[in-house]
Amino acid sequence: MLPILRKILATGIATEAPPSPDEALRSLRARLEESVLGRFRGALAIRHVDAGSCNGCELEIHAANNPLYNLEGLGISLVASPRHADLLLVTGPVSRHMAVALKRTYDAMPEPKLVVALGDCGCTGGVFGESYASCGRVSNVIPVDVLVPGCPPTPMAIMQGILTAISREV
Amino acid sequence: MAGDTATGSGERLHGEMPGWHRVVDDTGFRAVAQAVRAAGGRLIALWASDRRHDRQRFEVHAAFGDSDGLRWLTLPVDPARPDFPSVADLYPVANRMERAAFDLVGLRARGNDDRRRWLRHGAWPGDWHPLRKDAPIDHVGAGEPDEYAFVTVTGDGVHEIPVGPVHAGTIEPGHFRFSVVGERVLRLEERLGYKHKAIEKRVEGATLWDGAKIVSRVSGDSTVAYGWAYAAAAESALAIDVPARAAWLRALALERERIANHLGDLGALGNDAGLAFGLAQFSLLKEGVLRTHAGVFGHRYLMDFVVPGGVANEVTEQATAHMLAECDRIERGTQELRRIYDDHAGLQDRFMTTGEVTPDLAARLGLTGAAGRASGQAHDLRVAFRPRPYNALEPRMVTHRGGDVAARVAVRFDEVLESLRLCRHILRHLPAGPFVVPLPARARSPLGFGWIEGWRGDVLVALELDGEGCIERLHAHDPSWQNWPLIEHAIIGNIVPDFPLINKSFNLSYSGHDL
Repeated sequence: MLPILRKILATGIATEAPPSPDEALRSLRARLEESVLGRFRGALAIRHVDAGSCNGCELEIHAANNPLYNLEGLGISLVASPRHADLLLVTGPVSRHMAVALKRTYDAMPEPKLVVALGDCGCTGGVFGESYASCGRVSNVIPVDVLVPGCPPTPMAIMQGILTAISREV
Repeated sequence: MAGDTATGSGERLHGEMPGWHRVVDDTGFRAVAQAVRAAGGRLIALWASDRRHDRQRFEVHAAFGDSDGLRWLTLPVDPARPDFPSVADLYPVANRMERAAFDLVGLRARGNDDRRRWLRHGAWPGDWHPLRKDAPIDHVGAGEPDEYAFVTVTGDGVHEIPVGPVHAGTIEPGHFRFSVVGERVLRLEERLGYKHKAIEKRVEGATLWDGAKIVSRVSGDSTVAYGWAYAAAAESALAIDVPARAAWLRALALERERIANHLGDLGALGNDAGLAFGLAQFSLLKEGVLRTHAGVFGHRYLMDFVVPGGVANEVTEQATAHMLAECDRIERGTQELRRIYDDHAGLQDRFMTTGEVTPDLAARLGLTGAAGRASGQAHDLRVAFRPRPYNALEPRMVTHRGGDVAARVAVRFDEVLESLRLCRHILRHLPAGPFVVPLPARARSPLGFGWIEGWRGDVLVALELDGEGCIERLHAHDPSWQNWPLIEHAIIGNIVPDFPLINKSFNLSYSGHDL
């Protein structure tokens, strides 16, 4: 136990300053009222769905929760069920085999809800594009509020996208 | 082996790794498969292609690995009788590959009674095969809904738990069907293919340069392994050798990719066993590696650093010094955390005897890569064939025989330390000279292969070029094909709550498998 406590003390608090929202990432006009967004800003529950990514975006979602970015420190947590979620974070071009699962996950979320599409594939279909096996961009399958490009987007960019989704449109 | 008639070598393919290609008939196909099996070799990959447009036939390809190197066999298949002899009786791992060959090209494996679809779920018609040349990539037409016949377990109190494709955590999609009594797992059956996104069709007709960007994204956590395997395949067909500096920088990137992934896994395994402290600490170490990647190589995960002909950018002396100092920091941090993991009774209780794969089972089913080395399977391409620059590095193989989560954790700790040693050697002895060479306009051979020991296991890229020097057919093979079936065995007799821990201890790719 002592080595663990010593290591925790020696590490201290490593968290860096979070990014600010960026209006350029918005895909749809803000649909939610400030009173709702204000509540989300205090405690936001996110459900993540990998709809066909290469797993690169998933690595960066994990990284956003490391002590340096500390997404959870902003009151934003990833949850296990869409029934508990306010925001859906979707990666990948949507493979045709995942389209139904993605739609069902979206439908299972209570209103009001937000969607952030992550990565070049989620935003445009990326290098994989549309095909017999892929529906391409996420907005081809469900409505998307915010787009976060990048291959993969950095943890800072992911946090910025999420914070933009719950910020008031200016 | 090389002189044996059944495995007679065939045409030697250009490259750092020893590899031969040979066209065989049905009898020869089975004979080589049997001879390799008898000599303790492995089936690396099996795939099919459509050559009706120029050779009036289909082809089935199999790549076997033995102590001599890679044996790539091509079996011509008459379009009037589109089948080939199954090798699943010799190599159980062939089952899913043979089913995928039917889904994608429409060739049936004679003797394999498992006719359930594998990569096709219903997104396209059942009698339509996407990798046939007359099948357009933008074909859109759903097929009949797919009923997958899971094996059912019956008995008093037995019930099923279906999990996925969307999982509870931030991971890739796939379906797991557990048959359980109480908490104890009697059987697990996997269903994959959810991420199939037409990668192999997408690269058909692409130039060697354009193909690199797509193949580097087959599995985002193994982008160096795929990038290098692809580049090596292209260089094999072009019959060129990259400059020494390029080979050394590629190995630096590959070992750093191994370190980053192993550090991430060690943290996640601690977390899955209830020690969140481990996740926090290891993710700090990993983040340091990623930031160095961004600063030195231009990308946090090293995407597009390896290119056909060499590497994409130079590494300065200042960066070299920074990485040397970083090696010391990571080593100190890893050793300190290893002592804490080793002394933590609760953690060891969760790790030990959990998710066991005995060396005997691993050998029979073909477990490979880091997970294989945790079950006594001494396969490591870097050590076995010493491609440049490993011939100068004297890489040491890490093996354990426990075959449980604890052994897979131990392999990761040992491999982090060994990769740090290799990185130090590379950084101290990095040869001077160019880091990339231009590609010749014409290929020497229509065939090329690249075979790289990535952090998860050996990645194979087999490449066929058309008359223009563009991609006729490319098969990218992830070691996860070999290892997924073993998880079905590792979980038997364990409790359901240990599945995330066992699954994480293998940490297999879905995207690399589904293509």
